[in-house]
Amino acid sequence: MKQIRTLADLIKIKDEYLSKSKESEKKDAPGGKVRIRVHMGTSGIASGARAIHDFLTIELEKRNIDAIVIKTGDMGYCFAEPTIEVTLPGEEPVIFGNVDKLRADEIIEKFIKNGEYVEGILPVNYQIIN
Amino acid sequence: MEEIKMVKYRKQILVCSGAGCDSRHSEEILDNLKLELEALALENDIQVIKTGCFGLCGLGPVVKIMPDDIIYTKVTPEDAVEIISEHIVKGKKIERLVYKDPLTQKLVSASSEMASFKKQLRIVLRNCGIIDPESIGEAIARDAYLALGKVLKEMKPVDVIKLIQDSGLRGRGGAGFPTGLKWKLAFENKSDEKYVVCNADEGDPGAFMDRSVLEGDPHSVLEAMAICGYCIGSSRGLIYIRAEYPLAVARLITAIKQARDIGLLGNDIFGSGFNFDIEIKYGAGAFVCGEETALIHSMEGLRGEPTVKPPFPVESGFRGKPTNVNNVETFACISPIILKGASWFSSIGTEKSKGTKVFALAGKINNVGLIEVPMGTTLREVIFEIGGGIQYGKKFKAVQTGGPSGGCLTEKHLDTPIDFDNLVAAGSMMGSGGMIVMDEDDCMVSISKYYLDFTMDESCGKCSPCRIGNTRLHELLEHICKGNGTMADLDRLRNMSLVIKDTALCGLGQSSPNPVLSTLENFMDEYVAHVVDKKCPAGKCRDLMQYFIISDNCVGCTACARVCPVNAITGERKEPHLINPSICIKCGACIEKCKFDAIIIK
Amino acid sequence: METMKLTIDNKIIEVPKGTTLFKAARELGIEIPTLCYMELHDLNIENKPAGCRICVVEVQGRRNLAPSCATNCENGMVVKTHSTRVLNARRTVMEFILSDHPKECLICPKSGSCDLQNMAIRLGIREIPGTEIAKMSTYRKDTSPSIIRDLDKCIMCRRCETMCNDVQTVGALSAINRGFMAVVSPAFEQNLEHSTCTYCGQCVAVCPTGALTEVDHTPDILRALADPTKTVIVQTAPAVRAALGEEFGMEPGTLVTGKMVAALRVLGFKYVFDTDFAADLTIMEEGSEFLDRLSRHLKGDESAKLPILTSCCPGWVNFFESYFPDLKDIPSTAKSPQQMFGAIAKTYFAEKIGIGRKDLVVVSIMPCLAKKYECQREEFSTDGNRDVDYSISTRELAAFIKQANIDLNNLESEEFDSPMGESTGAGVIFGNTGGVIEAAVRTAYELNTGKKLEKVDFMELRGLEGVREATIDFNGTPIRIGIAHGLGNARKLLNDVRAGKSKFHAIEIMACPGGCIGGGGQPLHHGNSDIIKARAAAIYREDKKKILRKSHENPFIIKLYKEFLGKPNSEKAHHLLHTHYFDKKKKFIVKQ
Repeated sequence: MKQIRTLADLIKIKDEYLSKSKESEKKDAPGGKVRIRVHMGTSGIASGARAIHDFLTIELEKRNIDAIVIKTGDMGYCFAEPTIEVTLPGEEPVIFGNVDKLRADEIIEKFIKNGEYVEGILPVNYQIIN
Repeated sequence: MEEIKMVKYRKQILVCSGAGCDSRHSEEILDNLKLELEALALENDIQVIKTGCFGLCGLGPVVKIMPDDIIYTKVTPEDAVEIISEHIVKGKKIERLVYKDPLTQKLVSASSEMASFKKQLRIVLRNCGIIDPESIGEAIARDAYLALGKVLKEMKPVDVIKLIQDSGLRGRGGAGFPTGLKWKLAFENKSDEKYVVCNADEGDPGAFMDRSVLEGDPHSVLEAMAICGYCIGSSRGLIYIRAEYPLAVARLITAIKQARDIGLLGNDIFGSGFNFDIEIKYGAGAFVCGEETALIHSMEGLRGEPTVKPPFPVESGFRGKPTNVNNVETFACISPIILKGASWFSSIGTEKSKGTKVFALAGKINNVGLIEVPMGTTLREVIFEIGGGIQYGKKFKAVQTGGPSGGCLTEKHLDTPIDFDNLVAAGSMMGSGGMIVMDEDDCMVSISKYYLDFTMDESCGKCSPCRIGNTRLHELLEHICKGNGTMADLDRLRNMSLVIKDTALCGLGQSSPNPVLSTLENFMDEYVAHVVDKKCPAGKCRDLMQYFIISDNCVGCTACARVCPVNAITGERKEPHLINPSICIKCGACIEKCKFDAIIIK
Repeated sequence: METMKLTIDNKIIEVPKGTTLFKAARELGIEIPTLCYMELHDLNIENKPAGCRICVVEVQGRRNLAPSCATNCENGMVVKTHSTRVLNARRTVMEFILSDHPKECLICPKSGSCDLQNMAIRLGIREIPGTEIAKMSTYRKDTSPSIIRDLDKCIMCRRCETMCNDVQTVGALSAINRGFMAVVSPAFEQNLEHSTCTYCGQCVAVCPTGALTEVDHTPDILRALADPTKTVIVQTAPAVRAALGEEFGMEPGTLVTGKMVAALRVLGFKYVFDTDFAADLTIMEEGSEFLDRLSRHLKGDESAKLPILTSCCPGWVNFFESYFPDLKDIPSTAKSPQQMFGAIAKTYFAEKIGIGRKDLVVVSIMPCLAKKYECQREEFSTDGNRDVDYSISTRELAAFIKQANIDLNNLESEEFDSPMGESTGAGVIFGNTGGVIEAAVRTAYELNTGKKLEKVDFMELRGLEGVREATIDFNGTPIRIGIAHGLGNARKLLNDVRAGKSKFHAIEIMACPGGCIGGGGQPLHHGNSDIIKARAAAIYREDKKKILRKSHENPFIIKLYKEFLGKPNSEKAHHLLHTHYFDKKKKFIVKQ
């Protein structure tokens, strides 16, 4: 990444990132990708998020699904760790809690492939400043 | 690549099963919806699924229809038929179930519009779980360092300080000192060198908001430290973090490196001539090192113990230089305030406590975890709506706020809006935001003993009241729990607590007796039961329990007598047995063996 | 100067900005009790941890009580030092402290002069509630050659830590452990013997309780005195006579030389001698060594290293052996007066009275605790027989005199015995900071220039400044002299020497603030530095009274050289009166 010397430099980086993710969010677009955030703070990792992250990375590739798996911090849903957030192209993100390998598999097969909801959805129960 | 298929179901109905909705029969709604769909043979077309809490607990039960993005509120089980017949079959919105804004009379049904009815508002946690903390680009995409750029390019230090003062932000570390004022004092103390210190020595058991911020959004803290450095005239930042937070440390190191690499830390940031860099200092995890003077001594390589203030760190801190110490959560509030303005921030919260506060919910509560709510949210909303209420449907007894040295608040405080001053007035404190919920099974005498156990352990030992007094309090509580206490002991307990509060050197000792004082205030009857009746109403104090055999249930099988390790049980075969309480060691072996539920604990 | 006007106990007072409530109250005659606070004003020493919380006072409008020792006066403050709230808090805190303190005052060495005991009396404590369930913090007892640590009695006032770390920069003592078990100790709970401790005893001098005390050698001496086969003789250091009277209710600064000699005779010492005699001898040896090094140095001989450092203070010797072993060839090789005395007593004097060294027991009375360690050093004994058998402090002597039911106040003065009781004023001033170098200058000047000194009193070398310097004209050669007392001050001069930046020809160092008069074995000053000043003045008075005030004029010293030693720095003198130093850095091993 290049050195930032002005505000414009900063905003340029911001725009690059935003357009990249917008691209991947587009429905049916060639760049359309499934985005998965695995919440990997200490709570998540302690509950097994690392295994879920690895499982998803390997399985999505095996099953030929074009997806990006990102590690993030925790969202605070400690009672339901590990949690992951899945965003299908053009859709609102959906958060799943208590994800084990079985549920992760179900999420790939039912939700990612068919858009069918599976157990364990945690609605976004907060507002966030933008 | 496998084509991502279209949604198989035509529509999906999401039924909230959060604690608030659940208590208002959301399960029945779910069943009724399913039955109705089956009746119409739509079960393969329409999916019904239960979800976690929507955060709209005041309006529950809540049902959401996708992909229409319509939210129905205050739904009853009887409404299920109409939802299917009208909305699903005919595609008509049921206006009766749509939330109506009391002011504008406008119907609000889209989830985006419903957002403002949610109890939680995330400012501090704005990026947690959303960005990759190891990618500075993702942080920048969510406006990281924009406030720093704006400040360096467009604002004078005094203007920024004024802005922070106007926002009403108060320190999130516990005492709630006005942040802007602290910066102003640090700015006004002239020196060739000054320091900005981030206090990440989060020590309250069960509180981990600082860790979460550092793990999920480290740049928010780095940026705010640089802004603070610019304001007070410092070019050196130090983060004091406990070595027990390895993940947070690793992510901080990565973040600092990335920020340096692109010139957001280091020399001549944004070409403004301002230099600022950050170094990490490790703590060994002593609770008292969260106290700012102790923290500074620890950073200097000295024993982590507090010294008398004044002088305050803003006058003479790290290496005797003016030092501004702020908590992680405080720093995380800075950039939004600069980007969105002081009046935006001060519009959130109560009169004297602005913005939001992150709480760590723990104990006998369903939704253990981190939440962030505007100041002024009530304890009831936090515990029963966001927190999902008490586990296993037990009765709420008390909530301990402010960490181990906070006070225990009860039923009567549930509708108190949470802010710095209200909590103190209620006999507790904000602290760093830990909230530990207790239910009917908790013995309040044991609870205060438990907290003292912690503070006693974490006292640095410098001043006599904290070093010795806390140990004496703990001993006396133990004495009472063993059934040896007297009413006079309760007086002594109160006097010792008040004197420790009145005379201890630092915040640790000044607040360590809070659990004792608040339980004496709110649960006097429980103390009296321990010392007068020699009973523990919650059945937690082992020495006050007795094992009895209900003679009606006892068949005289002798199983209990045979298993008793101390031969405390006697009785003829086929006759009711007896337990000799002076021999019984309360090991519980007899209860396990008895097949007739004849043995009870009283 | 900016001032603050406030009300304390209904009295209005105006004090300079920065004055604490404690001091402002004292000006009004209100003595606020405290256990940890200590100030030695003239020596710039202050211990202010604000830890005991006994000195708390009520400040109107303040949420909690304020520690008066660490709270500055502010305009308009309304302070109550003895309100019921304060009294209740003070008593409760005192009860806390006492609840974790052994109740063995009967056999505690500090009993009677214990600050904690006095405070308990002052606050009228008659019982300690909850004793039956109160656990105590207990620790391993540690005995070293000089100092006993009984940490069960430590109240965490941190005075010892201030002396050891801030004043002496020795760093042997610091707080360890947390909470209830917090206590002051060497690192890793090592024994004092395995630490960098110099045995200067300043920790003992300030300890308010019996947590730090000297090793008591009076029982050994009593046994020796009672043994008819032994001849027991005693030497008394100069600083003892200026302080011993305090233990018997006399004004600080009262000289009790003659009464002390009489008391020692009553106690049964066969000969009562004076360490001042050995001090004169030290000047002969050290002064000659200095002049030799100086003349060689001025001639360009690089092996003659300057500055020369005095070596009569055993605490100081321990300090440089631990911290500056690389400089161990700089100090004078002359033994301390105590050891010179012992060496001469067990040879020359034993021969003179016709007994073997094993039957002669040499006792020293010292203001010092490091002397106990010094006389136990291996190099100061022959075939396992020490040159000085036992060293006891001024405090131990006072206790011994009381034990023997001797009424010191009403004793007739007596004279020291001859020959080793004869001394000059130069030997006396060894007890004050600057005194050794002044004595050395008096002799070195005359030996070097061959001229008689016009003025014997070198006022420029006296005083209580931590580091002092003066230039003395030796017949056209300016001799630059440095003086430091307190090891922290010594460290500053030593760092310069190590860096090759020292401008001095000679440096005098004494480990204790004020010199030997402020030694770790002296009667307790309880934080009053006026006492130390009064002792210093007494020493100079004694010097002034003497007819002979230069060591080389002591006729018995002249005789000693003639009859026995030859001349200063002769081979025999070297064998008996000089020593060598060790690198003690390697000594500090962490044993678990």
